[in-house]
Amino acid sequence: MARIGNVLAVPSAAPVETRGMRLRNFWSDYRRSWLAIGALAVILVLLVASFGAPWLVPQDPYDLAQLDWLDAFLPPGTTGSGGYVHLLGTDNAGRDMLSAILYGLRTSFLIGISAGALALTLGISIGLTAAYFGGRIEALLMRVVDLQLSMPAILLALVMAAVLGQGVPQIILALVVAQYAYFARTTHGAASVERRKDYIEAARSTPLPTRRILFKHLLPNVLPPLIVVATVQVASAISLEATLSFLGVGLPLTEPSLGSLISNGFKYIHAGRSWLSIYPGVFLMITVVAINLVGDQVRTVIDPRNSR
Amino acid sequence: MFGYLVGRLMQAAVVVFVMSVIVFVGVYAIGNPIDVMIDPGASQEIRENLIRQYGFDQPLWLQYFTFVGNVFQGDLGRSMVYNIPVTSLVFSRLPATLELVLVSVGIATVIGVPAGMYAGYRPNGIAAKLIMALSVLGFSVPTFWIGMLLIMGFAVNLGWLPSGGRGEVGQFLWFKTSLATTDGWAHVIMPAVNLSLFKMGLMIRLTRAGMVEAMGTDYVRFARAQGLPDRQIVFGHIMRNISIPLVTVFGLELGSTLAFAVVTETVFNWPGVGKLIIDSILQLDRPVMVSYLVMVVLLFVMINLVVDLIYAQLDPRVRLKGGS
Amino acid sequence: MTAALDVKGLTTRFETRAGHVTAVNDVSFAVQPGRIMGLVGESGSGKSVTGFSILGLIDAPGEVSAGAVLIDGIDLRQLSDEDLRKMRGRKVAMVFQDPMMTLNPVLRVGDQMAMAVRVHRPMSKPDALDHARKALEVVGIPSPAERLKAYPHQLSGGMRQRVAIAMALLHSPSVIIADEATTALDVSIQGQILAEVRELADTTGAAIVWITHDLAVVSSLADDICVMYAGRIVERGTAEQVIGGPRHPYTQGLLDSIPALHEPGRKLPQIPGSTPQLSRLPEGCPFRPRCPRATDLCRTEPPLDVRDEQAVLCHHPLERA
Repeated sequence: MARIGNVLAVPSAAPVETRGMRLRNFWSDYRRSWLAIGALAVILVLLVASFGAPWLVPQDPYDLAQLDWLDAFLPPGTTGSGGYVHLLGTDNAGRDMLSAILYGLRTSFLIGISAGALALTLGISIGLTAAYFGGRIEALLMRVVDLQLSMPAILLALVMAAVLGQGVPQIILALVVAQYAYFARTTHGAASVERRKDYIEAARSTPLPTRRILFKHLLPNVLPPLIVVATVQVASAISLEATLSFLGVGLPLTEPSLGSLISNGFKYIHAGRSWLSIYPGVFLMITVVAINLVGDQVRTVIDPRNSR
Repeated sequence: MFGYLVGRLMQAAVVVFVMSVIVFVGVYAIGNPIDVMIDPGASQEIRENLIRQYGFDQPLWLQYFTFVGNVFQGDLGRSMVYNIPVTSLVFSRLPATLELVLVSVGIATVIGVPAGMYAGYRPNGIAAKLIMALSVLGFSVPTFWIGMLLIMGFAVNLGWLPSGGRGEVGQFLWFKTSLATTDGWAHVIMPAVNLSLFKMGLMIRLTRAGMVEAMGTDYVRFARAQGLPDRQIVFGHIMRNISIPLVTVFGLELGSTLAFAVVTETVFNWPGVGKLIIDSILQLDRPVMVSYLVMVVLLFVMINLVVDLIYAQLDPRVRLKGGS
Repeated sequence: MTAALDVKGLTTRFETRAGHVTAVNDVSFAVQPGRIMGLVGESGSGKSVTGFSILGLIDAPGEVSAGAVLIDGIDLRQLSDEDLRKMRGRKVAMVFQDPMMTLNPVLRVGDQMAMAVRVHRPMSKPDALDHARKALEVVGIPSPAERLKAYPHQLSGGMRQRVAIAMALLHSPSVIIADEATTALDVSIQGQILAEVRELADTTGAAIVWITHDLAVVSSLADDICVMYAGRIVERGTAEQVIGGPRHPYTQGLLDSIPALHEPGRKLPQIPGSTPQLSRLPEGCPFRPRCPRATDLCRTEPPLDVRDEQAVLCHHPLERA
């Protein structure tokens, strides 16, 4: 029972922290997990590799002129007609899988990050509005949010994707609709606690405009829990997009993402061509797990209950 | 208690109404189902007859009221693809999904709760770290990809289990279920494991968090000061405390597992409602989509209600009040 | 007469990021059966950790690193974990500060008490409940049979603390450690419970360690008093000695700052400064920076000065008038 006893009074300093100190403390706390450092490094490498893909890989997998049917279904490590080695093999259209995966990863990142950012913005606005104004507005907004939270995101995303149709903007919109509620709930929860504190009352009694109070006073205080939710939601958006594409309501193969690559490869698993689905899946898994690990560590670091 | 129930049921009714409108309008916006249903070469006359037959020429609100009126008579419309009543279509698919969901939630609980309790009891041990790492994998790796790996491993490479479909169905009491036959189990086990991984990850984390929190409480220290052995503290005291949030999550997750079954059913070609909804979305089978979604919402509301009732039973501090 | 509780050189350390912190530093005292010992100190002085160390309830990152804890002559520190567990609740019991938190909110009082009974004495549940009911009667709880069926939140704060005390009494332990047991209660309830505790010590012969920050409480309750500062006992003696003629400047400062013992209308004296951080103790006497009598000599470890059983850890103890 290792926990019992740590809570006993071992007096600790309560130093006044500046913003710079806080950042440095954050980093020194974050650094304590090797796993979390590794995960962060992996994410950075993947970001560079995917957004730098056009300069890094031998082929633009979506330029049909660069594809050759004769190269179809080459197993990993074979040299194709282009004269270079297909490290991860080729697909049914003769696409170099490594190139396709990095291009696909770029789309996945793009979708995950934009959906996360948009959902964050929408969620913060709704959560802050509700918490600040209270009363009817709050009741109505949060009722809608709670209703949405009681439904699984996958179902909402599925319906939205079905309604909106295929394509990157459509998918982003579907994901935002499915995910903003998490941010709204978190913002509202944290902001309601802050609102009752004296400093907000003090700010409200001065002739400061509402907007200023919301963004200068409330927002900074609700930010820490939101950062955690945001990391988790970006990972979840990437994973949801892949799932939707796999189900056939996300992106078509012509607009590649990891999901549509796996979906395409799924057709060939019985034919023993497992590289078509395994490799994009491995990249998807590494990406999502790495983001979640970073989120986990951030949560551990900023949770005041974990500080000693 | 009675007032509470009535209040909650009223709330539930409002939720179902709102969702049905949203879903109806949303689904209405998707393509034109007539184009999917008939041969593009069919004459204009046949087209218009069909449009009239399904009432698509009427304004949206009128279509909605016709729909609601029919729903109250137990008629959810006819599937445009299968041309049979949606009700019988959904009910014919429901048992397959329910058995999948039950087995997977069972697996998630039986493995996830003890694992989480252990991880919370010795949070710094190697076993705990390993359990937590697995739980991160469980809920971050997309379900469909794990499902695919399972098929590759156990069906394609090893050939131990069938790669998809529902097995032989046997009679159990008054229903037919694949859980009554060995072949049925062989078919259900892989999709059920696949579907359970996410829940398991969640169960592990929640149980662990509850355990860690409980271990630091004064009542646990007090119990230790009384000389209670750890085993009794965990099973006599803590178990009761963490069971409260767990039951809540268990109930809510039952619903979301039903939704996630969509993915697993697609991967394993499992003939449940999840596969049905995907097919109906891809084929623009509007009545099936609307009915499925309305039914799912209804189900969620019911589950929430039952969870609250159980919660009140478990936690003596909670007293049910009339609907707010 | 052998002491019911004899603590010798008890030392407890915590491993923190700032390094080793000695929360309890070479603490020694003894309590005879039927007597009440007040363990007084400010928060952070190590008095609660002392209580937990006696019961062997210190977990990582903390560790009892030296000393002996004898209860009826048995050294708890020499026992195996399992034997130590069997001592807890049976030979030595503990009562905590917050009665809201010490009872499990989701279990009935009776169930919790029956569990505590049966862990040391195998008997049927109805018998255990009967035993629990009698214990509730002893601490003056009206209609105890009904209280057994109640959940903790259905009881008042004073009632809950009585239940906790009753649970400590279940096995008639030789030693009861009460950690701020009345601090969270109303003053009137506190008075009642203190009177009952005094009576319990007299009738049951249990030795009681009463841990508190409130010198006024122990002055009316305790037979003996230990004053803790920064993990050490700085003064030890009978209640009359310590209250009537304190020899350590810190004890003197504490007594001076009790309003009730002071002349009305005069400014209340205070001890300057605040409790030092255990991780950054000054060398020599830890009270030196706050002490009016401090000299350069105080930069060295203070000696133990004993006179008429009244011990004090100080270079310049006050002389009794």
